[in-house]
Amino acid sequence: MATILVVDDSASMRQMVEFTLKEAGHQVIVAEDGQVALNIAQGASADLVITDVNMPNMDGITLIKELRALPAYKFTPILTLTTESTTEKKMEGKGAGATGWIVKPFNPEKLLATVNKVLG
Amino acid sequence: METRTTDLAPVGKRSPQREAVAENLQYLTFNLAGESYGVDILKVQEIRGWMPVTKVPNAPVFIRGVMNLRGAIVPVVDLRLRFGLESVEYTKTTVVIVVTVHADQGDRVIGMVVDGVSDVLNINNASDIKEAPNFGSSVSTEFINGLVALDSGMVMLLDVDRLLSVEEMFSLETIRNSNARAIAHAS
Amino acid sequence: MAIDIGQFVQTFFDESLEGLDVMEAGLLALSPGAADLEQINTIFRAAHSIKGGSGTFGFSEVTGFTHAMETLLDKMREGSLVVTAETVNTLLESVDCLREMLVSLREKADIDDAQAENLRIRLLSLLEQKETATGAAKEESAAPSLTSPAAEIIGWRIEFLPHPQLMHSGNDPVRIFRELSTLGELTAQADCSCLPRLAEMNPEDCYLSWQLELHSDASHEAVAEVFAWVEDECELHIEPLAAPMPATPPKAQEAAASADKPEAPTASTDETRQGELVLERRKIGDRRQNERRASAAAADSGSIRVSIDKVDSVINLVGELVTTQSMLGALGADFEMSRLDKLHEALDQLDRNTRDLQEHVMRIRMLPVSSVFSRFSRIVHDVSGKLGKQVELIINGEQTEIDKTVIEKIGDPLVHLVRNSLDHGLEPPEERLRQDKPETGKIMLDAYHKSGSIFIEVGDDGRGLDREALLRKGLENGLLKPGEDYSDEQIYELIFHPGLSTAKQISDVSGRGVGMDVVRRNIQDVGGNIQIASERGHGTKITICLPLTLAILDGQLVTVGQDCYIIPLLSIIESVQARNEMINRVAGKNELFRFRGEHLPVVRLYELFGAQGAVTDLEKGLLVVVEADGRQVGLFVDDLLGQQQVSIKSLEKNFRRVPGIAGATILGDGRVGLILDISGLIRINPAM
Repeated sequence: MATILVVDDSASMRQMVEFTLKEAGHQVIVAEDGQVALNIAQGASADLVITDVNMPNMDGITLIKELRALPAYKFTPILTLTTESTTEKKMEGKGAGATGWIVKPFNPEKLLATVNKVLG
Repeated sequence: METRTTDLAPVGKRSPQREAVAENLQYLTFNLAGESYGVDILKVQEIRGWMPVTKVPNAPVFIRGVMNLRGAIVPVVDLRLRFGLESVEYTKTTVVIVVTVHADQGDRVIGMVVDGVSDVLNINNASDIKEAPNFGSSVSTEFINGLVALDSGMVMLLDVDRLLSVEEMFSLETIRNSNARAIAHAS
Repeated sequence: MAIDIGQFVQTFFDESLEGLDVMEAGLLALSPGAADLEQINTIFRAAHSIKGGSGTFGFSEVTGFTHAMETLLDKMREGSLVVTAETVNTLLESVDCLREMLVSLREKADIDDAQAENLRIRLLSLLEQKETATGAAKEESAAPSLTSPAAEIIGWRIEFLPHPQLMHSGNDPVRIFRELSTLGELTAQADCSCLPRLAEMNPEDCYLSWQLELHSDASHEAVAEVFAWVEDECELHIEPLAAPMPATPPKAQEAAASADKPEAPTASTDETRQGELVLERRKIGDRRQNERRASAAAADSGSIRVSIDKVDSVINLVGELVTTQSMLGALGADFEMSRLDKLHEALDQLDRNTRDLQEHVMRIRMLPVSSVFSRFSRIVHDVSGKLGKQVELIINGEQTEIDKTVIEKIGDPLVHLVRNSLDHGLEPPEERLRQDKPETGKIMLDAYHKSGSIFIEVGDDGRGLDREALLRKGLENGLLKPGEDYSDEQIYELIFHPGLSTAKQISDVSGRGVGMDVVRRNIQDVGGNIQIASERGHGTKITICLPLTLAILDGQLVTVGQDCYIIPLLSIIESVQARNEMINRVAGKNELFRFRGEHLPVVRLYELFGAQGAVTDLEKGLLVVVEADGRQVGLFVDDLLGQQQVSIKSLEKNFRRVPGIAGATILGDGRVGLILDISGLIRINPAM
């Protein structure tokens, strides 16, 4: 079981990801934007962060940069949720320090496969 | 209140309204100006003593006003006046029978003032109910669902859905008739 | 593990419809030519979320459509596409179309493919315009077609040279090897030649590189996919391990390998396939008609969204109430007269608690009026475009809160009033210029609380009401009598008369004379009233006054004979003791009494209601001056009792609507009190 921080401004996405990960036995913390996620991260560590890119208040790119500046999150795997399959968009997250990405749309199986890949 | 059962053999034909109805019907019977009436017990919500009501402006005379029934506003109809009978002073036995009246807009709760309640009438056989003939009763037969003959006399079963229909009560004819009677009684 | 994501679909619809409202509001706020970047960003984000969600939930029609919108918005965001009125309008239409699509999907009804496709093409053509204009057409370079025969590949030789920073992105070579090993048999050889001396080593960096051999029938793509996340953080060479084949340059082999698997699913083909399936399924589904507007449906639903603050404040107050109750309980347990003061104190506190609690519970039903106001930007945008008028919409007080039931009832009347202002009130630009007015007309929407009521104003700086035309109409229709002197108010009143319209031309925007009477009826149904102020050439302002809530009312108890009635405190101006010299009896007509320089009709309530035993001498009773719909009358009553807050109960539920009576309530002694409907009373009063 791992602790996973899920950040997305879309409630349906959050619910879906949260539900899927919980079903798989993980502990899930959700945040609706980057700022909330950062506040949470300053007080708690996670084994994995899954974050949307486009969000109000603080976008995913800024969040990743901020997280990487926190000692507890220096090496934590961070995956971006991106709707873009173009290299350019995927790399936007990577440039900020993301580990990898999950391309939307995804189904629960694909999500779990990717998460398991990262968590080992 | 004692409960009794009719001991009559089936007579007459069944009331059209009561066709194919399951056995064992119960009616609450009450007195009004010396006559006995019954109302389907399933329609009766409760029986309470008379308490002063709040008058509603420009309502027909038989609508005494509205009362507070646990927070709901319930109109109260004087059944004597509704039937065009002479009104009497209300006494300790005067009661308000609160009934549910079915209407197109949904069920309404309405109170009716009667002289006093008698008892509950059990009818084991729907065929005991006879169709109301057009006899010289003071109540027009359109509000009677049927008759039950007992040793003690006739019980007229009321169709409260029609009798207490607000639309019906506010129809011009009803108001004109009841006002004319009220004036006649007063003189 | 099979997970049913269907349970989140409702959330997706809800948030997407909200997102559309955000997009709509944002688009309406965009000014062509000088668009605000933050604004575009907000719109973009909303589109983006809908696209992401729709893909996940399998609504590929929506995904495809939003993709086009998003692309356009992205170009706007980058600044490579100029925001024009045309782009904004097309995007607004797209928002409508998307809303219909979502509602149809939610209702499991057919979606209008043709409309969506048509719009999608228009969106794309806007993009093309931009691209031909700037000449920045970007074409994906077509993959070189290679015809070289596929060699028999038994696996891959992988050279993996991570950059030192690889682990800083949370990646880990071990994870990659673990994943590779799921594809086949993996052998790895580490190259430690770059490893520095311990003293110089940064433990966070990666100094190793690897030579890997994977014996597998996995495609080149599948292998590359394992390294996808670290592509930019390493040097990577993937060469096929061929059986007995001559060595070929790695590049060509790579290409050959991918050409070998042309059917390998890519994200996009996968999407379309899934989409076709979904589409078919929807077509079988029931064919219910589309709802016109999703948000309208949402507003009518029986649930209410309450902020947690409101709920918390109620909980706090209940806490206080419990404290007071225990205080009273303790007092009652062994009460002596010496503690009477304490009892009074506790009762005062109870009174306060109850009032606070009531107020806060009522607040739960309150919604900001912005839920109604928000739709006006769109209406003004659309209608002004249609009419060729330039209009600026100024909204104030949108955070003013109103009872949910009232909000639901005033939406349509307000739309009517705004359309009227747009259509009849505001002049066309040329006419405005001729009159030295700015070309752009103004529509003002304002909401505010004042003395326990809510006021909503709809104003314009247009031509104002034509008093003479109205007067003429009124005389023609026999509503006014010739030779009499009428105040402006009395003449403006005529616009509420059914079938009376002075608009010279009837347009499809605000229709023919029907409406204003209905508007007034709707407002009166929720216990409000409506007033008009207008100045020729300068504009019209319509003020709607509404009760804060429909459930509670501050009332003045009055007696009429043996009966007790409640007059809404808000409609009372003053109560006066009449003296005979104030009364003016016109033979055969109504009684008037002088009040502040005006002659007001006297309404003898006992006559109107047929009450017995009431005071009939005007000098012996009281005149309560009340006002409704801009008219004042003196209600003659026996006496005033106290004032109290009463909760309004329906008289219609078990009975019927009674003219002149707004509802009923339960008084302190348990009896029923009737609440007067002042505007109804004025209407039914034969003297008026």
